[in-house]
Amino acid sequence: MGDAIKKIQATGLMRKLMGAYFAELDQAATTRERKIAWCTSVGPAELLRSFGFLVYFPENHGAVLGSSRLAQELIPAANARGYSPDICSYLTSDIGSYLKGQTPLTKAFGMAGPPRPDVLVYNTNQCRDVQDWFGFYQREWDVPLIGIDTPRSLGDITRDHLDGLIAQHKALIPVLEEVSGVPFDLERLREVVASSYRCTLLWKQVLKLATHRPSPITFFDGTIHMGPAVVMRGLPQAEEYYEVLVAELEQRIADQAAAVDGERLRFYWEGMPVWGKLRDHAELFANQGTCVVASTYCNSWIFEPLGCDDPFEGMARSYTELFIVRSEEYKQRYLKSMCDDYAVDGIVYHDAKTCPNNSNCRYGLPQRLARETDVPYVIINGDLNDLRLYSEEQARTQFEALIEQLQASR
Amino acid sequence: MNKVFCGVDIGASATKLVLIDAAGQVLARVVRPSGVDYAGTARHCLETASEDAGADAAPACTVATGYGRDNVDFATEKRTEIHCHGAGCFHLAQRALSIIDIGGQDNKVIHLDDRGRLQEFKMNRKCAAGTGAFIEEIALRLGLGVAELDSLAAGTDDPVSLGSFCTVFAKTEILSHLRQGVPVEAIVRGAFVSVVDRIIEMDPLEGAVMATGGVVAHNPTIVEILAARLDRDVSVPESPQFTGALGAALTARGLFDDQPEGDT
Repeated sequence: MGDAIKKIQATGLMRKLMGAYFAELDQAATTRERKIAWCTSVGPAELLRSFGFLVYFPENHGAVLGSSRLAQELIPAANARGYSPDICSYLTSDIGSYLKGQTPLTKAFGMAGPPRPDVLVYNTNQCRDVQDWFGFYQREWDVPLIGIDTPRSLGDITRDHLDGLIAQHKALIPVLEEVSGVPFDLERLREVVASSYRCTLLWKQVLKLATHRPSPITFFDGTIHMGPAVVMRGLPQAEEYYEVLVAELEQRIADQAAAVDGERLRFYWEGMPVWGKLRDHAELFANQGTCVVASTYCNSWIFEPLGCDDPFEGMARSYTELFIVRSEEYKQRYLKSMCDDYAVDGIVYHDAKTCPNNSNCRYGLPQRLARETDVPYVIINGDLNDLRLYSEEQARTQFEALIEQLQASR
Repeated sequence: MNKVFCGVDIGASATKLVLIDAAGQVLARVVRPSGVDYAGTARHCLETASEDAGADAAPACTVATGYGRDNVDFATEKRTEIHCHGAGCFHLAQRALSIIDIGGQDNKVIHLDDRGRLQEFKMNRKCAAGTGAFIEEIALRLGLGVAELDSLAAGTDDPVSLGSFCTVFAKTEILSHLRQGVPVEAIVRGAFVSVVDRIIEMDPLEGAVMATGGVVAHNPTIVEILAARLDRDVSVPESPQFTGALGAALTARGLFDDQPEGDT
């Protein structure tokens, strides 16, 4: 990244840990000595790990395809097979990657491709597309496809909701026992959930450090450094990593070292990153003294209910109390509290064409929140991976106009 | 020679340049197609404007705006077109205002308070429906020059309905209307109504409304339709295509005035 972007020293450790994570998966895919489960990003990873599965997350691959911009070459291949350009571009990128036999994992980690699974496990808390995505691979490889169907647009989460979700988690066990050859072990599950909980607390601590002025970390840093919280939660390596990252960021605060030199404005990012433009956006904001300090996206991997006594209750609550499955009223309250906590001057809403569930600007929420908070906002049209849906000039003008508006009002 | 301030607005279709004096009086206006060499076009506009204004010295300060704002090598500063349209329109209206700017490739709705401060703004989605590019496409489909459209649209009050958001699909709709023998006037007016509808969809428009931009400059019938749709007067400045460049020039003057003594 350019001079405006401050390198986080822990990045080297993260790369090493991610490299080891993928190497282990690749070895298992080659030798078939260990079982591999594919899991959606906020799926029951802890349950899978308790059976000894190595867990691979295709949404992480989707993000890598987007940030490498390889997605542009791959999405059309999936479109041609009947997967519409209007559906999740993680899905179309990933299936395109499979169809064309191309992946950034080859260059980064020497892998021929994603590790072939023994079981596919989804949770529709993200969207219905994950089910269809995994369904493609089920048909390709004839492996079991199981999952959890989470209700959407939830206001209060009731006992009935949770009981239903706990039952769904438990219903996965017989299939996982059969595929893994390992009997379910409640104590092992408790250990994994406890590790995942410790990871969550550390990740939360990382993000909360951005409440400091100037912030030691940006949203754009967060999208990279959340990697271990996504793919290694439940493993001690994730805890190890965030202890190092927290220490580095606390030192930045002690040194009054800002992620963005001369931080003048603090923004919130609502919605998905535009992966292929992550660096451009980071530089654009940094060059204008604006730190994007917080986001819904990075905060969506904080799972505090994992700390409760019953691991099933913890998983069910964690994966249902998420912002993405909540009502508009809940989302407005959440965003209001984030604006307050992080002392936000402006909000960027990313209306991602192929990701309606992560685009929270389609039902009047920005307007309602602006009336409540007086925090101005812009809505940019774009996409997480499909840059055909993104207009560079219009987004840049909107970012800069919001910055001008806020600077003029001071 | 009194000091001269320059604003240059490099839009998707046209480059507009305005020179003003220290009192804010316009000395010269120049517009040229932006072409492919933004920097060259901007310099050419400045040479022409300087000649027109009889200005023999370089501008004391220049602000560039528009999509090509990064390409103006003689600019002191740059600002977005949102800021500059706001500054130009407020200078002319001196009141709280909602501005509708219909450009070659995007539309903007800009709300200013009674001190000219930007309150809120919206830009059209990535799609070019409702912009100058849409009108150019429709003219091409009908085999007409863009300059012919306004008089045709003014000649009827019975527009066809063009329901599609998409410019390409709208052209398909036009084919269907042509097959059915619908008069060209009705199709052109329908296209103008479609432009206005796309703008009204962007944001609520209350209070005083001013329309600007090249499309407004060349197609007064669009403003008539807009006023009728909004059921209120819509004012149009004397040179609606130049409000962004005027706002840039005024911003340049303000930046110059703000400089500490000795820096000038």
